[in-house]
Amino acid sequence: MSQPTLVVGNVNWFRFASPQAFYPLAGAMIPWFAWLAAISCAAGLYVGFFVAPTDHQQGESYRIIFIHVPAAWMSMFIYLVMAFWSGIGLVFNTRLSYMMASALAPTGAIFTFIALWTGSLWGKPTWGAWWVWDARLTSELILLFLYFGYLALGAATDEPRRSDRSCAVLALVGVVNIPIIYYSVKWWNTLHQGASVSLTSAPTMAATMFAGMALMAVAAWTYAIAVSLHRVRSIILERERGADWVAQLEGRP
Amino acid sequence: MTAVLRAIIHRDLLLAWRRRSDAATTILFFVIVVSLFPFGVGAEPNLLRAIAPGVIWVAALLACMLSLTGMFASDHADGALDQMLVGAAPLGLIVTARVLAHWAVSGLPLVVLSPLLALQFDLDQSLYAVLVASLLLGTPILSLIGAIGAALTLGLRGGGMLLALLVLPLYVPVLIVGAGALDSAGAGMGASAHLLVLAGLLVLAGAFAPWAIAVALRISAE
Repeated sequence: MSQPTLVVGNVNWFRFASPQAFYPLAGAMIPWFAWLAAISCAAGLYVGFFVAPTDHQQGESYRIIFIHVPAAWMSMFIYLVMAFWSGIGLVFNTRLSYMMASALAPTGAIFTFIALWTGSLWGKPTWGAWWVWDARLTSELILLFLYFGYLALGAATDEPRRSDRSCAVLALVGVVNIPIIYYSVKWWNTLHQGASVSLTSAPTMAATMFAGMALMAVAAWTYAIAVSLHRVRSIILERERGADWVAQLEGRP
Repeated sequence: MTAVLRAIIHRDLLLAWRRRSDAATTILFFVIVVSLFPFGVGAEPNLLRAIAPGVIWVAALLACMLSLTGMFASDHADGALDQMLVGAAPLGLIVTARVLAHWAVSGLPLVVLSPLLALQFDLDQSLYAVLVASLLLGTPILSLIGAIGAALTLGLRGGGMLLALLVLPLYVPVLIVGAGALDSAGAGMGASAHLLVLAGLLVLAGAFAPWAIAVALRISAE
């Protein structure tokens, strides 16, 4: 069987499915994403806190959404990406895909936690309670539990190959369940309590608000990419510590 | 094909019958957990009536989860599982039979006992049929989803607690729809919508879970 190739611009991109080839590439990409994250985060926070106008309904407290909304987006998106890499890993049996999935999980869990925490900070002045059993808040909480389950399963399995593949199955089972969980929670919510203040009914966003949100979304994306690449490099080193190229890299004989 | 199904179910039921106390533990756990709630929240009849669906459903969830840890463990320990993995019969069929047997041993008794517990909570008589129907449709889903977790955590450290962490979040939709059926019927809106959704979830889980269980078993037993 011949090797699969994907040649764009004289580079066979499938070469980077090998941990050895990906390690230096990831190392070269990290500074770019990290700087982009730092700059867009600083700019986004400045626009969000000082430039964007005060909301006439919610006052200053709405400004938490510049952190909350990008974090909530990332929390859901990262789970999808994790499931994507898990599926690729199970189908093509590529080790790097599993490593990517497990490198993404802690970042996803952190973003979920930030989304919940900032949601609660926003809820106190707006709803008058730290926690409301709102559909989005509740499904975010269950998403956090799903991340915890994924991380715990990975931590409990010593053997890397089993750990990789069983976590991949769990991620796929989770991703099938996420829409079911979301809609059942939404349904439960409408049955149990009246509609609460929702962002969708808020007046249309000012342009500066949108700019702040976009900058913060870019910051969240680039931060997630930089941190995951850094983590995947550590995982590669840990897994491949017996390989010759790692020995050369560390100057071991 | 049905011969395999029948042989496995017969074997599992026979094993369960020989170790009757194991199945009895699950049932007693269910009864005790449900009976604890009045001590915690007080014996005010209106309150008990209101929380009865949720309490019975959550207790069924926990009892079902507790019984999952042993689902593949003893077969894994004595090598029977390896024989099933290398045997000629399709693994998806074997796990379906095992899930059915697990449900018959640890799910069905909960369904049968539930009206008795509802009596303790003075649940409205007209809701008994809905309670039994919702548990009858819901507990097989719990066994199906739980078996995925049992297969993934096979032989791992702290398997029981880990299983709870993996499986309980996935149980949320079943809990919402199952307990919701009673609330909806109690409010006079009828339970058919909830029961149909529950039946839909059962079909979905029945179609996909055996495949996931089979994959997870192959990974864990490798």
